[in-house]
Amino acid sequence: MASLGIKNIRKTYPNGVEVLKGIDLDIEDGEFLILVGGSGCGKSTLLNMIAGLETVTEGEIAIGGKRVNDLPPKDRDIAMVFQSYALYPSMSVRENIAFGLSLRKVPKAEQDATIARVAKLLQIESLLERRPAQLSGGQRQRVAMGRALAREPQIFLFDEPLSNLDAKLRVEMRSEIKLLHKRLGITTVYVTHDQIEAMTLGDKIAVMKDGVVQQFGTPDDIYNRPVNTFVAGFMGSPPMNLIPATVRVEGGIVVTQIAAHGKQQSFSLPLRHIAPGDLPSGSPLEVLLGVRPEHMTDALRVDTSHERVTVHVDITERTGADTLAFVALGGERCVCRLNPLAPIHEHQVELAVDTRAAVLFDRATGRALTLPSR
Amino acid sequence: MNRIARLALYGLLALAALYTLAPMWVMVPTSMKTLDEIREGSLIAAPHVPTVEPWLKAWSHACTGVRCEGLKPFFVNSLLMTIPAVLRSTLMGALNGYVLTQWRFRGSDTLFTLLLVGCFIPFQVVLLPMARTLGLVGLSDSVWGLIFVHVVYGLAFTTLLFRNYYVGVPGELVKAARVDGAGFFTIFRRILLPISGPIFMVCVIWQFTQIWNDFLFGVVFAGADSQPVTVALNNLVRTSTGVKEYNVDMAAAIIAAAPTLLVYIIAGKYFVRGLTAGAVKG
Repeated sequence: MASLGIKNIRKTYPNGVEVLKGIDLDIEDGEFLILVGGSGCGKSTLLNMIAGLETVTEGEIAIGGKRVNDLPPKDRDIAMVFQSYALYPSMSVRENIAFGLSLRKVPKAEQDATIARVAKLLQIESLLERRPAQLSGGQRQRVAMGRALAREPQIFLFDEPLSNLDAKLRVEMRSEIKLLHKRLGITTVYVTHDQIEAMTLGDKIAVMKDGVVQQFGTPDDIYNRPVNTFVAGFMGSPPMNLIPATVRVEGGIVVTQIAAHGKQQSFSLPLRHIAPGDLPSGSPLEVLLGVRPEHMTDALRVDTSHERVTVHVDITERTGADTLAFVALGGERCVCRLNPLAPIHEHQVELAVDTRAAVLFDRATGRALTLPSR
Repeated sequence: MNRIARLALYGLLALAALYTLAPMWVMVPTSMKTLDEIREGSLIAAPHVPTVEPWLKAWSHACTGVRCEGLKPFFVNSLLMTIPAVLRSTLMGALNGYVLTQWRFRGSDTLFTLLLVGCFIPFQVVLLPMARTLGLVGLSDSVWGLIFVHVVYGLAFTTLLFRNYYVGVPGELVKAARVDGAGFFTIFRRILLPISGPIFMVCVIWQFTQIWNDFLFGVVFAGADSQPVTVALNNLVRTSTGVKEYNVDMAAAIIAAAPTLLVYIIAGKYFVRGLTAGAVKG
């Protein structure tokens, strides 16, 4: 087990395309790091560079404090699980797991003991003599993890390991990976495009876009204090609502106003958690008001601190546990998470908005406004 | 209606098969007749008293030019030339395909395109430069020279076959092996080769047919002692001292064609299977 340090990593391909533009990440021994972002953001490239499968153009990668830039993959003491599982088609499950061990000249008896231990851990004992083609998707996934586990690596690397599984199996394997990490405590880097995997598995999350880390922090940071509208829109399902609004000081308190649009009347909400003195100068400010769907709920889930406002509902979607109501605020389509029993009359519903959880973004730059008192 | 269509289909197929087999049918009986019987003139009749004499003569003491040792020494030459040339060109094609798909480098696609051009160079064009090259490296008039020529000439096609097969092998397989600690050749030997069975068969059959049947390179580059069976067959049929022995000619032709026929019969099903085999399922 080891810490992982990534300092100012850049990657430029020979054709001049720059896919990573200075990445800085640090995780402690035993931590679970998630690299998340859309396709083409550079997350898989970064993982391949940690593995040693791609060269580093600039910067430094250190495992356990030791620079590994120029080490081949086999000398980095890592193990990797691939999206396609990459099981060797001509070998049995046992041979797949033993392959890496025999290449490192591990004695036969020790190999057998390792295979037995790993097979027991992942419950694949009955599959050992089968070929990959004879396994189901979930079983292949287990074997791929087994092959990685057999190495007892310093760092585990996962490249979207669950994206080829069906929804049910994905949830199962997700908790299994979490459990495994808890038991073994091996430092892990996990690439995914799925924000739920990111939120549930990670100790730290790095949200990436266009080769740049947008935000690096705990799941709580990323979810509740996104630094820009990209992170706010990427994490959470449905994502954070971004409502065009203006902010000004009125009668000693900070108030945000949302303009009328279509059937929706103009309304304003007090932002009591922001001290007037903390606001940047230049009021009224043009902002995007970031509110999570669960902070725009119906009056049944009432809390006296929530601000009330009646809005026009365009459509509703019943998910069972919640009803999602779509409303247009300030011209933007927003989602509110309502109790299924919430009274909606004539397309009108009374919302309770938790403005304390709201985040303000500069409308021009998309960056969160830094407010000293928060 | 369906029945009639089916009957017509099978009838047509039977006709095509007969048409293809007709020469064989003429050759086999003729090779087993005595010269007297051949002179009677019935080309397709079965022999009255089958004889193996023409076969023995074709194999061991018919005259090819001034030598009268039959096809045997030349048949051996052909084997000595074909087997190493087929194996070498196939293995090198596999290695090329592996590099061109899994270890891409700058210009690897261009290199592949250039190699493809090699498939379309007519034999005649390379005769003179190749003769000069063989002379320079001291391989003229030898079986080794012929092997060299066939390997070089076959490489374009074998590379094409293996490259198109390996392009379907997921790159993550090679990455996984690298993380496991396998090097360039270990990955090739332990991961790629074991899944190359079908395309290996295709390549071997193709190369065997090409090299065994080649006449031009054989007649140009081989010395008197290293001529392949195709050249010897030509000499045998054209050597006329007195009577033209049709039965011996026929037997010799069948002997010369037998190995390729055998390869097709034994491995033919793999040939079709390999040509249609797509990506590797893993």
